[in-house]
Amino acid sequence: MSVAWVQDLGAIALGFVSDLGRFGGFTAHLARVTFAPPLRLRAFVDEVYKLGVLSIIIITVCGLAVGMVLGLQGYNTLARFGATNSLGAVVGLSLIRELGPVLTALLATGRAGSATAAEIGTMVATEQLDGLRMMSVDPVHYVVMPRTYAMIVVMPLLSAMFIVMGLFGGYLVGAGLMGVDGGAYLSSIESSIDFYDDVLGSLLKALVFGVLVGLIATYRGYTSAPTSAGVSASTTSTVVVGSVTILLVDYVITALWGV
Amino acid sequence: MAFGRRPVFQDLSCRFPRSRVSVILGGSGSGKSTMLRLIGGLVGPTGGRILVDGDDVAAMSERELFQVRRKLGMMFQGGALLDSLSVYDNLALPLREQGELSEAEIADEVHDRIRAVGLDDVDALLPGQLSGGMVKRVALARAIIRRPVILLVDEPFSGLDPISTRRIETLLVDVNRRSGITMLIVSHDVPSTMRMADWITLLLPHRAVEGEPHALATSGESDVREFLGATQGAA
Amino acid sequence: MRRSPVRDFLVGCFVLVGIAAIAYLSLRVGGLASGPPGGFTVYATFDEIGGLKPRAAVVVSGVKVGQVKSIALDKTYRARVEMDLDPHVQLPVDTSASIVTSGVLGDRYIQLQLGGDPELVKNGEEVGFTESAVILERMIGKFIHNVGVDKGEKTDKKEESP
Repeated sequence: MSVAWVQDLGAIALGFVSDLGRFGGFTAHLARVTFAPPLRLRAFVDEVYKLGVLSIIIITVCGLAVGMVLGLQGYNTLARFGATNSLGAVVGLSLIRELGPVLTALLATGRAGSATAAEIGTMVATEQLDGLRMMSVDPVHYVVMPRTYAMIVVMPLLSAMFIVMGLFGGYLVGAGLMGVDGGAYLSSIESSIDFYDDVLGSLLKALVFGVLVGLIATYRGYTSAPTSAGVSASTTSTVVVGSVTILLVDYVITALWGV
Repeated sequence: MAFGRRPVFQDLSCRFPRSRVSVILGGSGSGKSTMLRLIGGLVGPTGGRILVDGDDVAAMSERELFQVRRKLGMMFQGGALLDSLSVYDNLALPLREQGELSEAEIADEVHDRIRAVGLDDVDALLPGQLSGGMVKRVALARAIIRRPVILLVDEPFSGLDPISTRRIETLLVDVNRRSGITMLIVSHDVPSTMRMADWITLLLPHRAVEGEPHALATSGESDVREFLGATQGAA
Repeated sequence: MRRSPVRDFLVGCFVLVGIAAIAYLSLRVGGLASGPPGGFTVYATFDEIGGLKPRAAVVVSGVKVGQVKSIALDKTYRARVEMDLDPHVQLPVDTSASIVTSGVLGDRYIQLQLGGDPELVKNGEEVGFTESAVILERMIGKFIHNVGVDKGEKTDKKEESP
């Protein structure tokens, strides 16, 4: 019987742990250089544009769609109990607590995260990062820092937009299509959602996801192999690792926050 | 020096003369570019010392290297210009990052280097809009903008037609003569090497040979002569 | 990156819209800090508070005048609720505090029914009367028990009269 697979498993596990270690080193390096001058405000603003403004369409459209689906599904379920006036609460709670931050983060990983990884990976492949090093410029400070912090800032903003569009979508379906009273929908939302229990947790999740996606995307790009296959692999890896991490961390936060 | 398990070279010792044009020659895979990267501190050796103007870069941390690199300039094979910045911003970047000069002083330095490499009116262009030869010139301008002591040049003639090759060759020699920068050029082109080099380091499969061009061309060792004579087409 | 005023403007808009969305969710939907200013502390002690939680509303005539600050057990193991109210509210000492539910399955909150006494409750004092929370399950249990008793009585009576 061959036990080669045991060795392979061990190698994978070790590889995973050492990759995690390198990721930790990368994060520590970023933290260390964060407060060193210059501030790179212009680069930061450019990144907010690339990661945030360019994601508006996908976020608002998906938010609207998800809200509409929630409105429809929620209505069908509540109608059985004659409780359709609580549709607002159902749509609102689902969006604010879970779907808003999580779906926004997943969409952002796919669009903005992969774009960032590809961009940085290409810079590795064309020796631009080495060029920076030879000019005594730290590539982490120059390239990684603005992008990571832009992602952190952008995520809660996008998440809030997603949620608001979702609430609107639920309103369109519930009040516009299914005949739920518009006023009841809105007041149901307002009475069932508490800032401290729900909204704050939602924003916190979005912030944490922003940190994670920002770090993962830039790390993958930064450590990409300097070939086109390498860039492609790091882009894919960003989406896969980022998505899985978001969902796992979502569980942890949900459990800890008591939401 | 090894990458992973594949040794690139072992037991290598060589030195480069100050203020002269030295060319590192060798076939592909001989490790010429690796040598340049070792000197620049972009990769670390598995053993040994690398002395750059007296400092051992092999033993330095990244932060210490940043200081040493002030004395170095590197011209990359593909230019390695930041493709999202204009030519002006690319050249100004190292000066701006250093933070010692005013914008007006930086403008002077940038335009001076642009002229020195034989270009004109390229400030607002993006790297993607430049021809191959122009990219090399801009890369050279950026490499010398901090007035380095040593210039590392990686395959300056790759991808260029014979006329452009001659032009870049003339330019490099010109820069060396005017400023006395020590130049280390990695190349595979023998004819231009024979013309421009004051000193040649030849990386052969199992050893390295160094010396003046003429001495090597008439060397007693057959593989040396063969390498230098093999592409002795146009002298 | 080229300096582009259009880009900067769009980024500014993006940030503003995002903050507006967050503000909407926090203030209108979440009800953050939309209540009246506090500072006037009043206590009420109940036998049973049901599902009353801190930050629950305190209401007079349907208008929110404050919120529950904290809940603790006193020496006799009754629930002592600390309420943080709008300082402009004037409560007679015979005011009654009752714990009510919004809707059938909704959250609990405190409703203050004002009395007629000219003397007013001062900062840090107790309300005169309290009415504990109604626990739905107990009511149902009681109802079922009573139905059973009635039935039992009827059959007894039937048996007694020939």
